[in-house]
Amino acid sequence: MTSDLNTPQPPEDSPVGEAENAIELHAVEGKSQGQIVRERFFGHKGAMAALVALILIAILALSSIGFPVFGWYVGGWWQWNPYETPALVNPGGAPTLTMPWGDAGFAIGSHPFGQDTLGRDIFARTMKGVQTSLMIMVVVGIVVTVIGVIIGALSGFYRGWVDTGLMRLTDLFITMPTLVIGAVLGKLVGGASALPLALALGLISWTTLARLVRGDFLSLREREFVDAARVAGASDSRIIFKHILPNAMGVIIVAVTLLMSAAILLETALSYLGFGIHSPNVSLGSMISEYQSSFSTRPWLFWWPGLFIIAVVLSVNFIGDGLRDAFDPRQKKLPSARAMKRADRIAQQRTGASTS
Amino acid sequence: MLRFFVRRVLIGLGILLVSSLLMYLMVDLTIDPLEDLRTSTAPNKELMIEQRIEQLHLNDPVIQRYFVWLGHFVTGDLGTAWTTNRPVTEILSSAIVSTLQLVTAATVLAIVLGIGVGIVSALRQYSSFDYLITFISFLLYSLPSFWVAVLLKQWAAIGYNDFLADPVIALPVMIGIAVLFGLLWSLALGGPPRSRLINGGAAAGVTFVVLLYIQLTDWWSTPNVGPVLLAVTSLGIALGVTTLSTGLKNRRSLLTALTVAALGVALYVPMQWAFYYLTPMMNWAVVLGLGIVAAVVGGVIGALYRGPDWRQSVRTGALTAVPVAGLIFVDRVMQVWPLYASANAIGGRPIPTIGDRTPNLGGNFWVVTLDQYTHLILPTISLMLISFAGYTRYARGSMLEVMGQDYIRTARAKGLTERTVIMRHGFRNSLIPMATIVPIDIITLIGGAIITENIFGRPGMGQMFLRHLDGNDIEPVMAYLLIVAFLAIVANIVADLIYAVLDPRIRVEA
Repeated sequence: MTSDLNTPQPPEDSPVGEAENAIELHAVEGKSQGQIVRERFFGHKGAMAALVALILIAILALSSIGFPVFGWYVGGWWQWNPYETPALVNPGGAPTLTMPWGDAGFAIGSHPFGQDTLGRDIFARTMKGVQTSLMIMVVVGIVVTVIGVIIGALSGFYRGWVDTGLMRLTDLFITMPTLVIGAVLGKLVGGASALPLALALGLISWTTLARLVRGDFLSLREREFVDAARVAGASDSRIIFKHILPNAMGVIIVAVTLLMSAAILLETALSYLGFGIHSPNVSLGSMISEYQSSFSTRPWLFWWPGLFIIAVVLSVNFIGDGLRDAFDPRQKKLPSARAMKRADRIAQQRTGASTS
Repeated sequence: MLRFFVRRVLIGLGILLVSSLLMYLMVDLTIDPLEDLRTSTAPNKELMIEQRIEQLHLNDPVIQRYFVWLGHFVTGDLGTAWTTNRPVTEILSSAIVSTLQLVTAATVLAIVLGIGVGIVSALRQYSSFDYLITFISFLLYSLPSFWVAVLLKQWAAIGYNDFLADPVIALPVMIGIAVLFGLLWSLALGGPPRSRLINGGAAAGVTFVVLLYIQLTDWWSTPNVGPVLLAVTSLGIALGVTTLSTGLKNRRSLLTALTVAALGVALYVPMQWAFYYLTPMMNWAVVLGLGIVAAVVGGVIGALYRGPDWRQSVRTGALTAVPVAGLIFVDRVMQVWPLYASANAIGGRPIPTIGDRTPNLGGNFWVVTLDQYTHLILPTISLMLISFAGYTRYARGSMLEVMGQDYIRTARAKGLTERTVIMRHGFRNSLIPMATIVPIDIITLIGGAIITENIFGRPGMGQMFLRHLDGNDIEPVMAYLLIVAFLAIVANIVADLIYAVLDPRIRVEA
């Protein structure tokens, strides 16, 4: 019930209130829950901009340097790969990217993001790092959803000793900050490839989701439609997956989105500390760690990976915020000032016409 | 309540025990104490490996080693770091202080700033200020903390030190800063365009005058609060505290606050003498004691004004006295700045980027305190930013929730002033959900301190954990893990208890 404080709501039976109700009714009339959510999400400007940005970044990262699929390697259009060491183009490996307002005019050149001391192309390395981050995001998302939903659902649905046992397990995981346990696990699985690290990160970040799902299940299982399904003879698994789970989807999607953005930050932080991904593999965090000492002489080595981490995480966070707004039944899209005024005018005209 | 508490503590101890076993097994799998010897080329390599195995009982099964370690741990013997032969207790005792300073400073700043900004943002929902704050908090939330820390270290510290060498702000920059502040204040205070213009103009003017004053008095080289600034800021504090706590219409409160401010200014010179004689015996306990004395004096002044609602005056007096006393303390710390900045150990770079104290600095309590502050600035900022963003979001959400409740409408309907509605009915209730987030956030901060301590080279607990995990030394690592796990359990119990105490609707059943 978050109404705007500065403009008191008119009483419900006034003509203005009627017009407003009409606007509100129009937004939900004759639509399924999914349609309403989708419409709200697509209407959220920040989230849509973030979604477009994230898709563009993903396309750029995957198409530029290519990616492996089941042993095959799909080539990219970019001339360098992250590992080859061409000769330095500019002194010190400075970026060849120049801006239109500079002296030289706009040019991309052969190394737009610059080169490191060995001559490796920073654009290719950054793209590889973005691929790693996106991969970790997806894997963590899947692992977290599977574990979190199963534990939360069982715990909330069966209650009793199952609940007690599973929640004590969750408490066990909560005793460790993820960064700390991530450092131990990261050192254990090593940084040879990103997949084991992603699995390990997924194994430790499901606790928040499990708690949220449990809370939702605890309240949903008492609802009439669950009783109806049970009377109709539905099995426990059918009730859990077909009846309750779709109703808990909002909470799950939002929580998973936010956990995915946290996982990207966690991986970069671990790689920075040296417990995550390390060479020959490339991650945005390990790039920053590798290049931080040359910040004053070669700042481009430091800026690009950082900017891409921020861009990816910010996009995911905004998408999560948009989803939260879209799924929140109490959220009511406030009509713009102009729409309000128009409704006001129409209502006044109508009252004027009826009294005259 | 007691049964609930005891039950939670017992369960917590059980979890701690199981957690310690799992952690021990996992750390044991992770580390390899023979790592350095395997690649060694020493002729007596075999013998050294034998000795190492003997020393660390590596031939015993890991469960047996765990129980031996646990037995020592519960009797207070935290073990020894075999890499350095130092007892873990000794390493911890200095590390804990360093981490505590950092985490406390970051938590306090993040809570105060985050809640303040979040609540203003909620009161101006859907305004440009709200959108600006929302965007900034999302941006801060998405920043990798290590990136910010490296940036601060390489950029802010070096830039600021260069600036301090020749502290002159150009006039256009000054005007720019003033306009920016004016804009921010006018957006935050809101209202019709006319009052926005007045507020913004006033804020810009004040900022400009302050910057000019700073410039002309060579403040950067000899920073101080001084009697003049003390008088101006004390007046501001008195008015601000009264506005927020009782409203300016309450005469007795206003008079109390003004008297306390005047007393603070009057005590400025005597306090310099007091500090002069106190310096040899100054420590943090004395500082805390002086703060309490200030609060009591402020309260007594409030009580002397009597009146039917003397409790309000007492509160206002105490709330005014503490920041005014704090200003006098800060002024005394700032007075040693020229001495500090010109010390040999500093080398002309007063904002340090490494460690938590300057070695071989010497000097009295004030110099040491200033040294600790300058070392805290950058790590605190980088640690604070993320939880600041979190608190802003939470405070905004919880304030919006509360302001939509029926009792707020009732309070408005019975004719209370907007100040009373917001501060007493809105703000207080919005703090209930916040109270449960704080303990858990502190644990996240302790985890986050690992990165900050690593980058800024502060010898804290996180640094100790990283170094020994890398050096395959299990006992310091386990000590750190257990302390953090213990704090996490305590934080969760405290959060539940706070919730139960603050919100009478929650019934605690054992």
